[in-house]
Amino acid sequence: MPVKTEEMILNMGPQHPSTHGVLRLELLLEGEIIKGVKPHIGYLHRCFEKHAEAMTYPQVIPYVDRLDYLSSMYNEFGYVTAVEKLLGIEVPQRVEYIRVIMGELQRIASHLVAIGTYGADLGAFTPFLFAFRDREKILSLFEITCGARLLYNYIWIGGLSHDLHPDFVRLAREFIPYFRPKIKEMNDLLSYNKIFVERTANVGILPPETAINFGVSGPNLRGSGLKWDLRRNDPYSVYDKFDFNIPVGEGRMGTVGDCWDRYFVRILEMEESLKIIEQALDQLPEGDVTSAIPKRVKPPIGQVYARVENPRGELGYFIISDGSVNPFRVKVRAPSFISLSVMDELCRGHMIADVIAILGSIDIVLGEIDR
Amino acid sequence: MGLLDKQFTDDNIIITKVEDVLNWARLSSLWQMGFGLACCAIEMMATSASHYDFDRFGVIPRPSPRQSDVIIISGTVTLKMAIRIKRLYEQMPDPKYVISMGSCSNCGGPYWEHGYHVLKGVDRVIPVDVYVPGCPPRPEALLEGLLKLQEKIRNESLVKKTA
Repeated sequence: MPVKTEEMILNMGPQHPSTHGVLRLELLLEGEIIKGVKPHIGYLHRCFEKHAEAMTYPQVIPYVDRLDYLSSMYNEFGYVTAVEKLLGIEVPQRVEYIRVIMGELQRIASHLVAIGTYGADLGAFTPFLFAFRDREKILSLFEITCGARLLYNYIWIGGLSHDLHPDFVRLAREFIPYFRPKIKEMNDLLSYNKIFVERTANVGILPPETAINFGVSGPNLRGSGLKWDLRRNDPYSVYDKFDFNIPVGEGRMGTVGDCWDRYFVRILEMEESLKIIEQALDQLPEGDVTSAIPKRVKPPIGQVYARVENPRGELGYFIISDGSVNPFRVKVRAPSFISLSVMDELCRGHMIADVIAILGSIDIVLGEIDR
Repeated sequence: MGLLDKQFTDDNIIITKVEDVLNWARLSSLWQMGFGLACCAIEMMATSASHYDFDRFGVIPRPSPRQSDVIIISGTVTLKMAIRIKRLYEQMPDPKYVISMGSCSNCGGPYWEHGYHVLKGVDRVIPVDVYVPGCPPRPEALLEGLLKLQEKIRNESLVKKTA
């Protein structure tokens, strides 16, 4: 005789240790099987577009920092790329190289948080401590550069707020051989750990077609086996001068596009970022980093869209200018927002415990989703 | 009691006030509610991770409000979140303490003027014991805030309520 079951609705969040911020997931359950997931957002809506209307172009940069607070450098990078495109100014080569170095350091720092908290979500607390130990090294590099640990306001329109500290190049070079073995350590500790693999392999499979249909980008897309990286496919800044690989998910522990693949793409990307930093430090030209900063930013009437590959995917800025000193509108295409929209597809048919594994693997930041 | 540990060969007694013992016990094991809101939550995580090590002060993150003594409001409180924070605070058992971390939860921070959805200070919904300024505050600043809270608890009285 078939057992009669009823569907139940369970709220996960907004206060939940594993929702990576203030996110509420409305789970539609049949027993312990997920029938549907409805994310409720807006718990961190900080009125970014309203602020952008009221501020001048350079004043928007600190607010841009606070969108995706794990990769502030890259948010600034994307925003200034868009404004410079609108203004039509060329920035010195040294500025471009420093931006790339900072962006890639930020990518490593951001992936370390993603990996560390992912381990902590799945019950392995030690990788979290290891990841934050290494992240502090990167933060100290940022600190000697611009004085801040988390939110920098370092990359300005047309240049940078400061030149590099005299010790920066030496310390960054020391960081690379320090960090390389730590990636292997993380692999031994977490990536190939039997319990971790059991929790993540064959869970939350994202087929490439679904990923493309939803517009997913970044490590989540590459985890599904698609080689798509804006640094290679639509090069901006000086990324065409570096030699690096684009790691993709191969389904080594299960199926292509499962949580483990998305996780492991991040591990491999840290290695590639180190390569880019190494080359950029070798090629770093001399020059003045503040020479191209315009006295007054007043772009002509028009609109622009610029996109960069931030640690979470394609970060796009759509700016409309009405010819005044304030932007008419700054619309952000947030990669986390799109990654979150695919949650429903990923979770269906899995258990409740797998929701945590899936949510951690897509690595969202709520500041960017709610804006 | 670290200084007195294993200093005497025979059994001994220490004469002190009940208040002092209770306050000492309370301030030495402040269990924190593991709850992050925004950017400051990352600095809070950094504070509890290996480099700064919150554990030294007896602070252990607990996932439930019912097991925690102190709640650190780490980030921007929006109007939608404010009622949830109030409810979380009400679920905590007494004695309970609040640390407001960062400009946003102190006063609205960079969002004070145009933030139509931002609460201008978490003290409008729950009482705050210690304010930590900064955007975001450095981990050292949060540690200092915790030490200030411990100082406050050390001077508490069972009989009369101190402000």
